[in-house]
Amino acid sequence: MRVCVLAFAGVREIVGAAQRTVEVPDGATVGRVWDDLAREFPRLSEIARSTRLACNGALVERDAALHDGDELAVMPPFGGG
Amino acid sequence: MKYEITREPLALEPLIEAVRTDACGAVVAFLGVVRELGDGDQPVDGLSYEAYPAMALPEMRAIGEEASHKFGEARLAIVHRIGDLRLGEASVAVAVAAPHRGVAFDACEYAIDQLKERVPIWKKEHFRSGEARWRPNATPRP
Repeated sequence: MRVCVLAFAGVREIVGAAQRTVEVPDGATVGRVWDDLAREFPRLSEIARSTRLACNGALVERDAALHDGDELAVMPPFGGG
Repeated sequence: MKYEITREPLALEPLIEAVRTDACGAVVAFLGVVRELGDGDQPVDGLSYEAYPAMALPEMRAIGEEASHKFGEARLAIVHRIGDLRLGEASVAVAVAAPHRGVAFDACEYAIDQLKERVPIWKKEHFRSGEARWRPNATPRP
């Protein structure tokens, strides 16, 4: 299945793109997508603890299941205001 | 009442008009503006903001709805600017109208505090030296 990964701020700069589509096995979790990304971009592991993940606009934990077409946002600490 | 993310300069007057009714005896308006010194000592030339609007807008609306009941009845507008901002320009505006000022002050403070904590918006500091750095919000509020 395909998941659209959205990267913001410092994460976007590390990944080098605001958006990318990744192919993962059916039933893959949020953590699986994150682990794949962190393997490809080792600098992400430095900010893993402070990074929040949202699936289709709602915060999720690593063990949340993904579905085909989901939008997974990878978000460093917020800085609005 | 009114929740937006915009690339245009912010103006309070339209927000005040959006929230004010004849039942309101108080309007509190807040602007967050770009200041020269961030949390560090390095002078800043400007900030750039980016947002995840599909999540940020519903979160701003949720905050507004919470604030409109939490302290008494209040009407809120919250607008955040994104893109490149210079010193002195406003990045966020909150307007609150309520029958009495206590509720309006409390709801306004709640809204900006919650926005900084919960809304997916990011800012990058552009230092006069030419360097730049993403600046997360401090927790808790300074």
